[in-house]
Amino acid sequence: MPCVADWLNNPFSIVQGIFAQNVPNSDWEKKVTEYFKEKLKENNATNWVPSLNDVPVHYLKPNSLVKFRCMVQDMFDPEFYMGVYETVDPNTNARVLHFGKYRDVAECGPQQEIDLNSSQTVTSERQTFYCVPVPGESAWVKEISFFASQARVSPSTSYTPSRHKRSYEEDEDMDLHPSKQKEQHMGSGGDTHGCVEPKRLETEASAGHHLISPNCSPPLDLNFPLPGEKGPACLVKVYESWDSFKVNDVLEVYGILSVDPVLSIVNNEERDSSTLDPMECMDMAEEQRVHSPPASLVPRIHVILAQKLQHINPLLPACLNEEESKTCEYLSFVSNFMSELSPVRAELLGFLTHALLGDGLAAEYLILHLISTVYARRDVLPLGKFTVNLSGCPRNSIFTEHIYRIIQQLVPASYRLQMTIENMNHSRFIPHKDYTANRLVSGVLQLASNTSLVVDETQLEQGQLDTTGVHNVTALGNLITWQKVDYDFNYHQMEFPCNINVLITSEGRSLLPSDCQIHLQPQIIPPNMEEYMNSLLTAVLPSVLNKFRIYLSLLRLLDYSISDEVTKAVEEDFVEMRKNDPESITADDLHRTLLVARFLSLSAGQTTLSRERWLRAKQLEALRKARLQQQKCVNGNEL
Amino acid sequence: RLKAGSGPALCLAAQDARSPPSQKRRTDDSASTGDLQPMPTSPPADGQSPGAPDALFSSPPQFRQSAIPLDFDISSPLTYGTPSSRVEGTPRSGVRGTPVRQRPDLGSVRKARQVDLHSDGLAEDVVATDQSLGQKLVIWGTDVNVASCKEKFQRFLQRFIDPLAKEDEDIGLDLNEPRYMQRLEEINMVGEPFLNVNCDHLRSFDENLYRQLICYPQEVIPTFDMAANEIFFDRYPDSILEHQIQVRPYNALKTRNMRSLNPEDIDQLITISGMVIRSSQLIPEMQEAFFKCQVCAFTTRVEIDRGRIAEPSVCKNCNTTHSMALIHNRSMFSDKQMIKLQESPEDMPAGQTPYTVALFAHNDLVDKVQPGDRVNVTGIYRAVPIRVNPRVSSVKSVYKTHIDVIHYRKTDSKRLHGVDEETEQKMFTEERVEILKELSKKIDIYERLSSALAPSIYEHEDIKKGILLQLFGGSRKDFSHTGRGNFRAEINILLCGDPGTSKSQLLQYVYNLVPRGQYTSGKGSSAVGLTAYVMKDPETRQLVLQTGALVLSDNGICCIDEFDKMNESTRSVLHEVMEQQTLSIAKAGIICQLNARTSILAAANPIESQWNPKKTTIENIQLPHTLLSRFDLIFLMLDPRDEAYDRRLARHLVSLYYRSEEKMEEEYMDMAVLRDYIAYARSYVNPRLSEEASQALIEAYVDMRKIGSGRGMVSAYPRQLESLIRLAEAHAKVRFSEKVETIDVEEAKRLHREALKQSATDPRTGIVDISILTTGMSATARKRKEELAQALRKLIQSKGKTPALKYQQLFDDLRAQSDTAVTKEMFEEALRALADDDFLTVTGKTVRLL
Repeated sequence: MPCVADWLNNPFSIVQGIFAQNVPNSDWEKKVTEYFKEKLKENNATNWVPSLNDVPVHYLKPNSLVKFRCMVQDMFDPEFYMGVYETVDPNTNARVLHFGKYRDVAECGPQQEIDLNSSQTVTSERQTFYCVPVPGESAWVKEISFFASQARVSPSTSYTPSRHKRSYEEDEDMDLHPSKQKEQHMGSGGDTHGCVEPKRLETEASAGHHLISPNCSPPLDLNFPLPGEKGPACLVKVYESWDSFKVNDVLEVYGILSVDPVLSIVNNEERDSSTLDPMECMDMAEEQRVHSPPASLVPRIHVILAQKLQHINPLLPACLNEEESKTCEYLSFVSNFMSELSPVRAELLGFLTHALLGDGLAAEYLILHLISTVYARRDVLPLGKFTVNLSGCPRNSIFTEHIYRIIQQLVPASYRLQMTIENMNHSRFIPHKDYTANRLVSGVLQLASNTSLVVDETQLEQGQLDTTGVHNVTALGNLITWQKVDYDFNYHQMEFPCNINVLITSEGRSLLPSDCQIHLQPQIIPPNMEEYMNSLLTAVLPSVLNKFRIYLSLLRLLDYSISDEVTKAVEEDFVEMRKNDPESITADDLHRTLLVARFLSLSAGQTTLSRERWLRAKQLEALRKARLQQQKCVNGNEL
Repeated sequence: RLKAGSGPALCLAAQDARSPPSQKRRTDDSASTGDLQPMPTSPPADGQSPGAPDALFSSPPQFRQSAIPLDFDISSPLTYGTPSSRVEGTPRSGVRGTPVRQRPDLGSVRKARQVDLHSDGLAEDVVATDQSLGQKLVIWGTDVNVASCKEKFQRFLQRFIDPLAKEDEDIGLDLNEPRYMQRLEEINMVGEPFLNVNCDHLRSFDENLYRQLICYPQEVIPTFDMAANEIFFDRYPDSILEHQIQVRPYNALKTRNMRSLNPEDIDQLITISGMVIRSSQLIPEMQEAFFKCQVCAFTTRVEIDRGRIAEPSVCKNCNTTHSMALIHNRSMFSDKQMIKLQESPEDMPAGQTPYTVALFAHNDLVDKVQPGDRVNVTGIYRAVPIRVNPRVSSVKSVYKTHIDVIHYRKTDSKRLHGVDEETEQKMFTEERVEILKELSKKIDIYERLSSALAPSIYEHEDIKKGILLQLFGGSRKDFSHTGRGNFRAEINILLCGDPGTSKSQLLQYVYNLVPRGQYTSGKGSSAVGLTAYVMKDPETRQLVLQTGALVLSDNGICCIDEFDKMNESTRSVLHEVMEQQTLSIAKAGIICQLNARTSILAAANPIESQWNPKKTTIENIQLPHTLLSRFDLIFLMLDPRDEAYDRRLARHLVSLYYRSEEKMEEEYMDMAVLRDYIAYARSYVNPRLSEEASQALIEAYVDMRKIGSGRGMVSAYPRQLESLIRLAEAHAKVRFSEKVETIDVEEAKRLHREALKQSATDPRTGIVDISILTTGMSATARKRKEELAQALRKLIQSKGKTPALKYQQLFDDLRAQSDTAVTKEMFEEALRALADDDFLTVTGKTVRLL
């Protein structure tokens, strides 16, 4: 049992050991990473590592091994540090070598001095990422990953389980549930699968409010992309191949937690005694403040292992990269799930049909939308995005809110953007660079890949958009059309590609562009929408809900191809269609039909297009268009 | 060995009462080198540099007291220095009248020491490479021998003639004379005591000296200063400068990109490019502190060591402890400014945020750059350990890095397609140029490039070719001396057509392809957003000119989507830009004319949601013809209705939906290659018309005019001829040809004709009619209008002498008489025409004859 193993509690002793053995040559660094890699490979070892997502910082042991699931929000400049340094005891002249890797502070004993001029000193380079928890991460993701690790984590952390229980309740809202408040006014919506007891919710909520106020008198903006988010932001120090990471990447990092209070002290001292040092007395205070915030608020993680995550769904085995997706575990998981795919799909379709008030066609399109993902880019054209505009939503009704809640229950990360004049004019959509603080100030559109963005246009009233508003709407439009956001760097703009599933709910046709508009035709009008939706969620068994979640996440990762034979058939078909009705069938229609066919095949677990699927896709499209046509007529009559 | 003259270590200053005064003018002696002690001029120790083991971190810490015991002999004959430096309190400069100025850019203290390679005491870090040589002095920690280094540099100054010099670069220099001697002469005349030295020149002259400069700038640059001053005052002994000449090397090849800076670059001379994002206010930085004993009034000076002053705790005169007080107004200060430089957007890998680096500018370099400027900075890269706090035993293990600026070079002032010439030459490595040239020799290069353009957009070959030519642009011609100003070289293109024909996609592609592209939508942009506006900076209350899309895309392409949605006032701005290529601003007291040499690629949708083939282009998109005539090419992007096309399109689209990304890329030319190809052609190829080509152009123009004259109308204007020339030049550029030849003219003619055929065909007659674009109305339409007016006149005259007619009555009569359908608009137009002829007036519902 590795429960109280050193490598968890005191990784420095391990590093020191390896360092001491190999000191003259520099391959100790490689050995350290290898050691930890091996350790973490042991069965379930990753679950033993306490996660910063779940456990509040002050209950984690400083200098212990932790993990953190996060999104890279900003990248700071690389820093040079003392990779190896030497201390001297002025009395005895004894020299000792130390390693500076994985540390913020060069340690030395009380009787020792650091020899800054030693020839043994090795200067190395590391990169700092400013990381925040995945924006819009659904409550269920947090809960499931929390329970997955929590059961076994207590022995390795410093606090006792009983104490832990209390502390967890107290502090959970600090870092666990950004969606807490949402859940609050959503009533008991989040509890359907019985993971969160309502009682605890209350205590948390009340505790949450006065916890924040005393801490930080000038509140440090932790720079979360979405308003109302909470959780630990973290300075992640990366030691190798940092070039492979990009802004908005979702990472899982394993590293040494550093919350050394000295970090803050050093800064304060610097600020106090700045009279002599001209570098300090400049207007750099703001940058200082942002780049080295107090460690209690923004802990540091010195990364030993960092991996890009393809998804954050804890129900799926983590397939971190291409090679690992070929491992047996993953493959057997996939094949197991594939065997029961069709009942799951049927159930999900039923569930969504109910949610969309009995509209089966809309539910079908919603599934296609939820499994869509940008799989390639052809010069500027993103392929595989499938923005759906669900028109015909009742105005000013709680319907759209409930639709969002259901989506939230299904996807790992989501955000509901209420498109009001107020919101458009006043919120920060586009991240911009703040040169005073030298950081990228986040905006709503800084989201991780595969986040579901639900734009609620039913909230929009007539009114005046100001400059910000116009910029925001343009940015949203660009996001939908090109799947990219132009971050504002003041002197220039920089394009960041993204992969966000946008669902627009609107009354009529949305003012935003979309790939596909589907007009909702409710079959049932429930007398009490609230009740209807709630009962819908409670009716689903947690296990079934989990299957839905796996279904939606897994299908995104599948490959897809079209055989030559089918290509021919599609070609013929297209030519034929154009012949009959050249006015209404355009290249765009073909684009869309191909997309629908792609996702339709994938949703049934098929990775190649068959003739039947193609016909089915055409059929769906025809139905959808007929509906739009019909809608147009109705509107025409009204006018 | 301590080189007393070049500033003894601080530790000495604290202990040795006699040395401080000599520090005050420590560069004195570097100038007065007339009485140098004889020095062996053996080449400096090459091969392993003695400092190599710790060169990683050889910042000032190396020279600290703790590292080296103070056991060298100051009075040793080996000590290299000048007598004047050892004479106490010689503040006068070595050369009459010209004071020395410290160089804070080279670090606050130059504690260069020389090391005799034979003296064993210090040899721990020094590898004597050649013991057989006689005395061999190098500066401690380096392989630099001052004397030989100086001699070599002097030789460089005296002899270097740039074989590659281009006239435009150095105005007023005789290229066959030693370049830097002329520079020195310039200094003598102008009195600006800075000698900028291109490291590239130095490298081509003496590779080893160049290497030393890069590796040990802190030691080598003062030596260069010394050498330059010696030559200068030798030649112009009576010259009095503000201070002694300082050598400023630039264009070091060490590092170009901020991202590639790494610990190995510390303390080396580097050149990086970037954009200034912030600059601090001026900071007075203490160079030398002046202390006075409050007991005995003994004074002493202490130099700053890495931003700190070692306050003497004991007065050396009266031995009172803690009696020394700092006298501020007798201390010496220098100007300093901190600047944040951010890497240029072009250097950045996709998906990452830009790096920044701090710069420290000193003395006259302060306030030389403003936020927003693109600069090439040459300086010394420094890493300073974050200060050891006396109260906390541990130190932050991180260093602070910055660059001490030695030379700025603004790239904005003479930018050419995004990068200045200097950088551009670097941008294309020789292999790259080879590849590009190889490509240009392919016969089908034109087709190849055009198909590489936006491969995801299907067909529309001619439009792509047009855009390709736009990307290359014509040759810029300057007729300002004959009073006609610059001729536009940029090609403007308008795409119009049905919505959903991937016009926007094409625009996006172009915007992504060119370095200086801007993308705006006509709907969202105002005249201000396109041009420039004046803003008051909230902090400084200074008026700032903010430039809009058109100015920002100077030398680039401005893509304007939804051109038709643009409001009238915004569009009017474009008139000037599209022909004169300038932008005049008169606002808030700022009157100026900005260059806006931008090509415009616009897309417009028809006023009715679908293109109406029965209407002319003007009628379809409702744009003023004055603006339309400024477009060289106007293309229609219509949905072709033809089975073979559909089939190809379907196959193309289907393939998009399953093929992997790598496969797709193989097939087409890489976007990067395309980009380089265009950039290379734009900056290096400047085709001129050949004799045959001019003939062909004349013929083409005459032909175009002829077509119309047969039907009594003008079918081509000089503007069309200019367009043809531009297109032909651009086509020659595609071939990397310096000459415009007949084939270029042929293609230009073809493309121009294609575009006209699409956009200027009169839908009523089916004849291509340029007047649709130039006057907004086809000649036949005008003719018809006249005919109708005549018919109306006849009708009225036939009615006899009635003074007034009923409007409706007249209309009905005319309709009954005419054999074609007469609309109300046509009728009113005819009335108006007659009214203009003073034939009648229309008042309300009656028509009165005059």
